[in-house]
Amino acid sequence: MQHGKYRFIAGFLGAPLALYVIFVIWPFIQSIYYSFTDWTGLSPDFEMVGFDNYSRMLEDQIFWDSLGHSLLFALLLPLVTLGLALFFAFMINVGGRRRKGAAIAGVRGSSFYKVAYFFPQVLSIAIVAVLFAFAYNPNEGAINGLLRAIGLDSIQPQWLGDPDIAIWAVMAVMVWATVGFFVVLFSAGMASIPRDFYEAALLDGASRVTTFFRITIPLLWDTVQSGWVYLGILALGAESFAVVQIMTVGPGGPDYSTTVLVLYVYQTAFRDGQAGYATTIGVALLVITLAFAALVMRLGRRERLEF
Amino acid sequence: MGSTSAHNNEGLGRRNLIKRSAALGLIAVPTMSFLSACASSDSGGDEKVDKGKKTDKNPLGVNDSAPLEIVIFDGGFGTKYAQDAKAVYEKTYPKAQIKFSSTQKIRSQLQPRFNGGTPPDLIDNSGAEQMDMGVLVGKKQLTDLTPLLDAASIDDPSKKVRDTLRPGIVEMGQFDGDPVWIMYYAYTVYGVWYSQTALEKLDATYPENWDDMLALCAKAKKKGIAGWTYAGKHPYYIPFSLYPFIAKIGGREVLDAIDNLEPNAWKHPAVKAAFEAYYELFKKGYILKGTPSIDHIQSQTAWTKGKALFIPNGSWVENEASKTMPADFKLSVGAPSGLDGSDKLPFGTIWASGGEPFIVPKSAKNPDGGMEQLRIMLSEASSKNFTQSVKSLTALNGGTDGIELTPGLTSASAALEKAGANVVNPRLQDWYVKLQKEQIGVAGLGEMMAGRATPAETIKKIQGFADAAAKDQSIKHYKHQ
Repeated sequence: MQHGKYRFIAGFLGAPLALYVIFVIWPFIQSIYYSFTDWTGLSPDFEMVGFDNYSRMLEDQIFWDSLGHSLLFALLLPLVTLGLALFFAFMINVGGRRRKGAAIAGVRGSSFYKVAYFFPQVLSIAIVAVLFAFAYNPNEGAINGLLRAIGLDSIQPQWLGDPDIAIWAVMAVMVWATVGFFVVLFSAGMASIPRDFYEAALLDGASRVTTFFRITIPLLWDTVQSGWVYLGILALGAESFAVVQIMTVGPGGPDYSTTVLVLYVYQTAFRDGQAGYATTIGVALLVITLAFAALVMRLGRRERLEF
Repeated sequence: MGSTSAHNNEGLGRRNLIKRSAALGLIAVPTMSFLSACASSDSGGDEKVDKGKKTDKNPLGVNDSAPLEIVIFDGGFGTKYAQDAKAVYEKTYPKAQIKFSSTQKIRSQLQPRFNGGTPPDLIDNSGAEQMDMGVLVGKKQLTDLTPLLDAASIDDPSKKVRDTLRPGIVEMGQFDGDPVWIMYYAYTVYGVWYSQTALEKLDATYPENWDDMLALCAKAKKKGIAGWTYAGKHPYYIPFSLYPFIAKIGGREVLDAIDNLEPNAWKHPAVKAAFEAYYELFKKGYILKGTPSIDHIQSQTAWTKGKALFIPNGSWVENEASKTMPADFKLSVGAPSGLDGSDKLPFGTIWASGGEPFIVPKSAKNPDGGMEQLRIMLSEASSKNFTQSVKSLTALNGGTDGIELTPGLTSASAALEKAGANVVNPRLQDWYVKLQKEQIGVAGLGEMMAGRATPAETIKKIQGFADAAAKDQSIKHYKHQ
């Protein structure tokens, strides 16, 4: 039976592997190669410059600033988003007042909340960013308007125009835009946890908080961990690029207070015509993203619970 | 027996299979890198079309049957003016096939074509996605436009195109030495833009010195009107009135030193005086509240609604803000108010320079056709057409006779006339884009005008950026000739 097996396997694997190499591996290799050149991105001629780009990067203050902001995004965004999503999902599915007949239920109107939370997910992040840029307008925007309406005339922040607030304002938008997806994801996860677990815990007199930490979280752990990696990569990559590019002053400001690595790659490559240096920063971003994923997988490892 | 699970060392288990294919991938990867070396250096076409015969009507020797490709930036000026000029080319050379396209995404569309060596024959390299001119020139990607400048003008064959242009246009297209790489088609007047009506309501005239400016702002403040607003998200609009102000105080050499990235150029007393004057606008509360976080459209709208008197801007604002501008707005532009009597240059000193940069790529197939199209655009008929349809002057000197000018355009022409020889043209914004926009603009002036940095701190910061740019070997440096 073993005869011709390798040929059989190669026949199946060859095409996908080739596609993978051409469209996934090759671009990585190319960018690593370009990171050692002085390629401008505007002309086909370039020369090898060795490690020049890398030593330049290590001395580049903007690189370190944007690295700091990117890491802040990668750590805080998952923490806040997943925390909120877990809380909301718990309230929607399990956290309600006990009613007749059902041992566990969501809060009243939970099916409406589920839709409401998910709603931002159907909007493109670009639209979300533009809408919030209007909302943050200090004179005519909705947020300061609301503050005025409830009598807080004295509190009229500049939002995106203030270097101390801008990055938090941007992060709030990203949380708003992503939390709904995880509410739905965790709801699905919670729905698959057997109800008897909760019933047994409630019979033993466990409070809602206890059931949340002792039953829900351990049984959802795998989902939470994947969500963490996914959100971290989102925060290091496309999503933070879009909101920072569209919303903030500069963009990336005021005074570099919101620059993130992806945005810096984009500006270096396309505005400054230094594609070689940009790929160098891109390689750094690649390393950081891989390290982040590895770290989360490692730290998050715990005993698997089966049910 | 199936081959998808490991079985007593016989055959290949699933895990082994994955391991081995990973190893295969690792071997394959280094071999690729040899190939990728050639990935971007595929310069496809350097073949040019044949030259046509030079005649009086065709001084550039355009091949009348060669195809021509034009790409136009579709921005504040639209594309109609370019299409009208294209129609003239078609009429002159009926055998030529013209491919005309327009886009707002110049860079995303054209960068791959530059890399591949197949760019179009004529490009309006403008807008937010403008390709960096310094890099294009530095990497020898452009055609020298000197033949166009030395060709006979369409309206008067005894004159060269060069002699029909506004002062400074040719120099702006040069970077280092004689070749002219860029033909700026529009002519932009920068300065302090205001509504004559709004000033009349305050019973005031445009202030010629800073004390009058402050007095006027104080008067406006009492009526609940801010003195100034600016594009807070794009603080690099502030230099449109600030740079000529510096030149007026300290002479144009100060700006030249800044452009040349000379050490301590920003520490000149004129710079300090100008910064302090602008900072005073913030300190006295003469800047519209919330200005640091609004963009150019929002600031222009606040200004056309009468919430602020003055805005630093360019002459495109008339077209761009036309939708929100009241009919009786009486748009005008003022040269920067001076500081006091000891200013080096007279009142009227203003920043005016070319806009809408047109380029002919080096590896264009039909560069003569591209230049001929520019020659047509620089004729009086095409120029008038542009001025009438988009409310902006062109690089052609004159050419406005017999057409009715809009209020802003009238005011801009008058400002140019008053300035006479005192037109300054700072080059930071086309030589060092990052330095001008992000470092001086956002990180420097933006912070100062928001009141988060003093003029002294700002000067120190900007000088640091300028020194870093001067030292940076990865950017090409230019000097005023």
